Amino acid sequence: MDNAGYCNESFNSLQSGTSDEDMVEIAGATLDFSSTDDVPPLDRDYTSGYAAHGGGGDVLNGSTKLMDLLDEPVPGVGTYEDFNTIDWVREKSKDRDRHREITSKSKESTWALLHSVSDAFSGWLLMLLIGLMSGALAGGIDISAHWMTDLKEGVCLNGFWFNHEHCCWTSNETTFQERDKCPQWKSWAELIIGQTEGAFAYIVNYLMYVCWALLFSFLAVSLVRAFAPYACGSGIPEIKTILSGFIIRGYLGKWTLMIKTITLVLAVSSGLSLGKEGPLVHVACCCGNILCHLFTKYRKNEAKRREVLSAAAAVGVSVAFGAPIGGVLFSLEEVSYYFPLKTLWRSFFAALVAAFTLRSINPFGNSRLVLFYVEFHSPWHLLELVPFILLGIFGGIWGALFIRANIAWCRCRKTTRLGHYPVLEVLVVTAVTAILAFPNDYTRTSTSELISELFNDCGLLDSSKLCDYVNVNASKSSNELPDRPAGHNVYTAMWQLSLALVFKMLITVVTFGMKVPSGLFIPSMAVGAIAGRLLGVGMEQLAYHHHDWPIFKGWCSPGADCITPGLYAMVGAAACLGGVTRMTVSLVVIMFELTGGLEYIVPLMAAAMTSKWVADALGREGIYEAHIRLNGYPFLEAKEEFSHKTLAMDVMRPRRSDPPLSVLTQDSLTVEDVEALITETSYSGFPVVVSHESQRLVGFVLRRDLIISIVALSPVYRLPAENARMRQDGIVSTSPIFFTEYTPPPPPSSPATLKLRGIMDLSPFTVTDHTPMEIVVDIFRKLGLRQCLVTHNGRLLGIITKKDILKHMAQMANRDPDSILFN
Amino acid sequence: MSRFEFSLHLFSSVCFLLLLSIQTTNAKSSEDIRCKCICPPYKDVLGQIYNQNVSLKDCNCLHVVEPMPVEGKDVEAYCLRCECKYEERSSGTIKVTIIIYLSILGLLLLYMVYLTLLEPVLKRRLFGHSQLIQSDDDVGDQQPFANAHDVLSRSRSRSNMLNKVEHAQQRWKRQVQEQRKSVFDRHVVLS
Repeated sequence: MDNAGYCNESFNSLQSGTSDEDMVEIAGATLDFSSTDDVPPLDRDYTSGYAAHGGGGDVLNGSTKLMDLLDEPVPGVGTYEDFNTIDWVREKSKDRDRHREITSKSKESTWALLHSVSDAFSGWLLMLLIGLMSGALAGGIDISAHWMTDLKEGVCLNGFWFNHEHCCWTSNETTFQERDKCPQWKSWAELIIGQTEGAFAYIVNYLMYVCWALLFSFLAVSLVRAFAPYACGSGIPEIKTILSGFIIRGYLGKWTLMIKTITLVLAVSSGLSLGKEGPLVHVACCCGNILCHLFTKYRKNEAKRREVLSAAAAVGVSVAFGAPIGGVLFSLEEVSYYFPLKTLWRSFFAALVAAFTLRSINPFGNSRLVLFYVEFHSPWHLLELVPFILLGIFGGIWGALFIRANIAWCRCRKTTRLGHYPVLEVLVVTAVTAILAFPNDYTRTSTSELISELFNDCGLLDSSKLCDYVNVNASKSSNELPDRPAGHNVYTAMWQLSLALVFKMLITVVTFGMKVPSGLFIPSMAVGAIAGRLLGVGMEQLAYHHHDWPIFKGWCSPGADCITPGLYAMVGAAACLGGVTRMTVSLVVIMFELTGGLEYIVPLMAAAMTSKWVADALGREGIYEAHIRLNGYPFLEAKEEFSHKTLAMDVMRPRRSDPPLSVLTQDSLTVEDVEALITETSYSGFPVVVSHESQRLVGFVLRRDLIISIVALSPVYRLPAENARMRQDGIVSTSPIFFTEYTPPPPPSSPATLKLRGIMDLSPFTVTDHTPMEIVVDIFRKLGLRQCLVTHNGRLLGIITKKDILKHMAQMANRDPDSILFN
Repeated sequence: MSRFEFSLHLFSSVCFLLLLSIQTTNAKSSEDIRCKCICPPYKDVLGQIYNQNVSLKDCNCLHVVEPMPVEGKDVEAYCLRCECKYEERSSGTIKVTIIIYLSILGLLLLYMVYLTLLEPVLKRRLFGHSQLIQSDDDVGDQQPFANAHDVLSRSRSRSNMLNKVEHAQQRWKRQVQEQRKSVFDRHVVLS
């Protein structure tokens, strides 16, 4: 018995021994579609078999010719299913092969040389186009959002397309006390009932505000639902997953781009507590994806396309904040999975082009890029680090609590009946927001204007309530404001701001994640800015009324301007944003690009670091990772460390109680066996072995490629009306399938063979069963694998997929392993 | 998406870009520039803001502040406290952007009304009840081999332009329905 088995094995190994040696020689070509069969085997049987059919038209019909996949690639082989992960290794090697071919051909003719130069240049041209398109779209979004936000309050008679500020731009009749009023701008109360003051006018204004807000949000959610359901939400969690190798068809498409642009303006204008930075990243990535179709190099290769999408994400943040460097760092830190150095330079170029385009469209006048660009340079004192660190702690605590509350609310929306009424939910939240926001001056205006007002220190002629300080020395001729006690209006502003803070903290939990485009940056910055400004004014009054305390005596002499509440607002905004998103470097760089000075780097860094440490102590993940986990995307976190002592054989499938591994043998299957295997199982790939007894690995074949090849080449599934792609007839259900290099000639009476070696991956990754899981996880992360085969003593034992690893990690962390939905 | 639709979208976005760039390179009308001087309170004079449509070289206190509220010898002291800033904007860009945005929004709303309300009514009138029963949902069945036809059929050429548009529209509607199912109904993506 043993001898027989051994003999069998040795016979098999002898036969396949030659093919093994041949495999070693052509090891480089994994998916070589060019024909490797140019040397026909000089078998006597073959020639005699050929000659036997030489008479008659059979040879001409080619009924005994070998079915060869390798003369032309079948379209569709090499593409991926929706909601599946790409194979990074295959894509990268495809690109290297293409590049090698172009380089080798470029020496032949001038045309080929030009082709190779244009191929190298195409990346830069693509970046230029992405920057231009995103900058133009962002400018359009800004102008439209400003106009529609003011539409809730009134209309300009000079030209309905002007918002409040631009309507009163040329008016000579603005005085200091009433700088916002001009005769061309009419509020709704003025238009409808003719009065500007009084209770009735207030009620009419209130009603019109709420009605416009409801109209805008209803239009937004209906357009999203009718045309592009993928346009809702922020977009950054899904883009993170796409950049790590996941495919979501249609997420970065044309309709999604158009609907996201239009409904973003509507959602922002309706007064909801959301921002447009996250959706702008989605818009820029859509532009990047759409423009990739112009260039073959990027259209056909998923890995190269993801490099372009990383750069597009940088462009999105750059146009949102006017911060190109911050945008590149955001893409590097938060969004991208693999970020090669070449992408760094190209992203920077694209971000600069976009910022330049936005500046030339000039949406705000004054060539400013962002609404809250501040320009003060007053110094800060070392003792102020204590309140800054307090702000950091506040930001961290708020961030962690916000993430928990928002995830609980989103889970509620996902599982209970709340999720069945998306339109109604949006309308109710808008109504609540509008009704509660109108009475308070600080929430009635758009959030960007609120942040701008809080960031700016009180200037010479600030008419806002926050700057109503009692001018003790009114006769002083210097231009600086002295240290001042607060007037009555400042106290009013303080409690109004506190109410606004509580309102914003609560309503943002419910708003983020609704079925309209919604971003998170601006609401978090608003919460932080309000908290910071409150603390700043508090510190300022403390310093004024108790300037003889030892801590103030050294630096805050009476009459000197020692505390800038605007700086506290900025630091608070940075702390809260860092607590929610867990950004570090990119946050500090964005904030200092907003302020234009390096003086405030130390306070910003202190607050950002404190906020991140406190938030990490309370909850491990940022908001985007939490949403990825909520949706069950197959995202292998690159920052976490795997610290358990399990081995590969604990994670691999099949487990002990499962049926054995479904494999394909290299030369003993027929078409109907393979079809049966495909219809019975739902695995996305099958290993190919030499034989069931030896279980020696030949390669790996993907399910999609197998299906497409069989359908393309066998007439059984072809519809009768078509003649295209009809290469060979003669393939029937009993045709044998070969994955080997050289196939034996078929006997005369049996059907033609189907050779599928071209679709097989000849170099699948393997680990042994005693490999520690830390190393396996590292391999998956670094190479971007989708599956890995496990061998024992050289024989194939099982398979580990990315989904298995994610489930294992979830199990180790005592989470529900069934929450991983995709593979 | 078919090439036709793609090129149409690209063409419209290029038009949008061109329009924007044309607007920004037009000569500035006199309405689009101004000099804004902010003068704080001085002695008995209240604070005031002055706007004038002057160019950059005339943007200072002496040209803009009219009528000057103080006497001859105080003018210099008053003007030293004033801050004058030159600003410009492009009203043409704003007008074009708002009009384009409103027209796209209007078109989308009309198309949405047509798709949800009018098209089923029209189809029922033209084709009778039998056509309405045949739905496109059967194509997305579980048979793995039938789906492969979708992938292979992309490479076939269509002879008729109208057929192509109709086919593309059917495919798009199916895609949107799939998306709607996964986002709104099953809450699988984007919860």
